[in-house]
Amino acid sequence: MQVYLDNAATTKMSRAAIDAMIPYLDSVYANPSALHSMGQRAKEALEEARASVAACLGARSDEIYFTSGGSEADNQAILSAAMIGARKGKKHIVTTAFEHHAVLHTLAKLEKQGFTVTYLDVGRKGNITAQQVADAITEETCLVTTMFANNEIGSVLPIAEIGAVCRERKVLFHTDAVQAVGHIPVNVGQMNIDMLSLSGHKFHGPKGVGVLYARKGVALSSLIEGGAQERSRRAGTENVAGIAALAAALREATDHLEENADKVKALRDKLICGLSHIPHSVLNGDRQYRLPGNVHFCFEGIEGESLLLLLDEYGIEASSGSACTSGSLDPSHVLLAIGHPHEIAHGSLRLTLSEYTTEEEIDYALDVIPQVVARLRAMSPIWRDKTEGKKAFLL
Amino acid sequence: MALYSEKVMDHFRNPRNVGVLEDANGVGEVGNAKCGDIMKIYLKVEDGVIADVKFETFGCGSAIASSSMATELIKGKPLSDALTLTNQAVTEALDGLPAHKIHCSVLAEEAIKRAVLDYYKREGIEYDKDLFKDVECDHDAD
Repeated sequence: MQVYLDNAATTKMSRAAIDAMIPYLDSVYANPSALHSMGQRAKEALEEARASVAACLGARSDEIYFTSGGSEADNQAILSAAMIGARKGKKHIVTTAFEHHAVLHTLAKLEKQGFTVTYLDVGRKGNITAQQVADAITEETCLVTTMFANNEIGSVLPIAEIGAVCRERKVLFHTDAVQAVGHIPVNVGQMNIDMLSLSGHKFHGPKGVGVLYARKGVALSSLIEGGAQERSRRAGTENVAGIAALAAALREATDHLEENADKVKALRDKLICGLSHIPHSVLNGDRQYRLPGNVHFCFEGIEGESLLLLLDEYGIEASSGSACTSGSLDPSHVLLAIGHPHEIAHGSLRLTLSEYTTEEEIDYALDVIPQVVARLRAMSPIWRDKTEGKKAFLL
Repeated sequence: MALYSEKVMDHFRNPRNVGVLEDANGVGEVGNAKCGDIMKIYLKVEDGVIADVKFETFGCGSAIASSSMATELIKGKPLSDALTLTNQAVTEALDGLPAHKIHCSVLAEEAIKRAVLDYYKREGIEYDKDLFKDVECDHDAD
């Protein structure tokens, strides 16, 4: 049985998204900047997609900028805010300790340029409060950037409350909503979001296309110089087919948001409940404010990469924050941020569901995972030491 | 190309000599939980020959495969063979390892050396200290 439980990494494209894409690869392939009628038809498709995305987010069409994906949108949002801040002599940014690397690495670059960054502690639960944001904002703060929902452990942050704080303190607020859009309600107006990043392939759209929403009045700096596409904020011929597909996928996800979330949550909770019976394990991330499709555990005494490889042998495709899967020596910064020692962080497993996930697949996963964990523990010297009382259990 | 060779996957899926030797007369452990790799090798040496060998590993796929292959390479061989086993030999026998996984084969070599050293110490056998200079201290064994 093949069971895909890596939907936070990427999703399969929906039929609607594929269908929306084909005409712009096939018959209406002209450059949307061209004056001829085929070009104008491509341009219409582009603007229809923009209007549709705007409507799904509660934004205006002229606040939507298409990018190559979530990472580019994050880079552009943060660097733009930094430029605006620097002009006013404000060089302080507030963020969290468990952001995506697209945010963390951009901030690290700014730190080298003289910015200071406050990384809010996410605690053992893996979340922050709006109060923490309020307390961190100073007169020098030019930007608050927090993710909407965490890509590893699935915690959903109190974005509306953070947005209200930022609006009141007149500080720009950007949110990396790559894991949230299409899965939980997102409304930039109601939530006081000034900038938002999203990525098409996280909600059954195509890879290589994303969106930066920037509220009217927020002066974006361009990362890519060239033509006047995207109102001169993002040069390069538009990925019309990808953009049309992203818009179709987002429309579909938005229209079925609640029913999909309910279905996925029920399966998620079944999976969490079943895996919780594995001794010396822990569910990571916020239990209450959690993405509908996220299940994330650490299992003591085993290492994540071998767990993934063995699950793959059983046809289960999952992910881990273990160091060995990334090629670095340190395990996931997210798991260290929620206070796990390295040893525990190495034994992590992320299972992420989508509306295509079936109950039969979850039952299969619940049958296989405990066996695989037991098999790896049986050959682990550290597990033996713990079971024989020579070392203490940490979980 | 897949991350691992078919040989690595075979030894990972069906590790040889996994487990504990209750009557081992040489035991070596290397690595630490912080780095995500611990290897433990159990030797049963009889008349200068490795009569039996078992391993336990906490670690990634290549760590498990490296320990499995290393035990296979020394089982039934004279103790001197275990001492000359290099990580390159383990890597080659596995048809190669990705560059960032070579350290797994190094751990296998060191775990075996440490087990041999333990055997020498237990039996009060004189040994050439130079052979064990890389594994003599066990500061990283916790």
